[in-house]
Amino acid sequence: MRVLLFASLAEVVGSRALEVDAPATVGDLITLLNSGWPALAGQSYRVAVDQTYAALDQSLSGAEEVALIPPVSGG
Amino acid sequence: MIDVVDVAISVDDVLAAVEGPGEGAAVLFVGRVRDATAGSAVTHLDYECYREMALTEMAALAGEAVANHGAAAVSIVHRVGRLEIGDAAVAIAVSSAHRAEAYAASRWIIDTLKERVPIWKKEWHADGGVWASDHP
Repeated sequence: MRVLLFASLAEVVGSRALEVDAPATVGDLITLLNSGWPALAGQSYRVAVDQTYAALDQSLSGAEEVALIPPVSGG
Repeated sequence: MIDVVDVAISVDDVLAAVEGPGEGAAVLFVGRVRDATAGSAVTHLDYECYREMALTEMAALAGEAVANHGAAAVSIVHRVGRLEIGDAAVAIAVSSAHRAEAYAASRWIIDTLKERVPIWKKEWHADGGVWASDHP
C-alpha cells in the first residue's frame, strides 16, 4: 500500500510516499509507521483514506490511496 | 467555481461565478500574504496541497455553505506555489438573497477551510523556512 506524505511530514521522512504491507485498519497503519519510520512517531497528523478523513478503527480493505495529513494551514 | 491554481487568482472571475438574478448580496473575501507573522518579518510563502483531496474538501465546504449556512452560490479558489507579499492566496465569493447570510457563510467557509482543507503554508524568514503549523 502506498502512503502519501505532505509538507512537514515529507520533510522529516525525506520522501513524499512510503510503501507498506497493507494493514487491516488505520490504527494498525499508524502502529506500523511508528515502528518502521521513527521520525513519524512524534508527529501530529490525521489519516485520509481515498481523500476522506478516517477514524482509527476504519478498515483499509479496498482502500486505493492513503495519505498522512499534518495540521493544515491554508488560507 | 472550485479550483486550486498555481498562477495569480482572478478575483473578478471568482466573484462573477456567484452571480444570480435572485442574489441581492455577494461577499468577496480575499486572503493575502502578510509581511510578518508573530512579529517576525516574512519574505515570501510556499504553499503545497494534496490536490485531489483539497478540491473534494473545498467542494464539500461549498455544499455545506449552501445546505446549512444560507448561501445561494459559492466560489472558492486557492493558489499554491511561491507567493510574494500582497499576493492573493485564497478568494471566496458567496452570494445570497440578503447580506446577512452571505457575510455569515463567507466567514464560516474561510474558518472551516483553515481547519479541513489539506493545504500547507511554509513561511520564509531571513533565516529559513518554517511550516505554519509548526509554530509553538
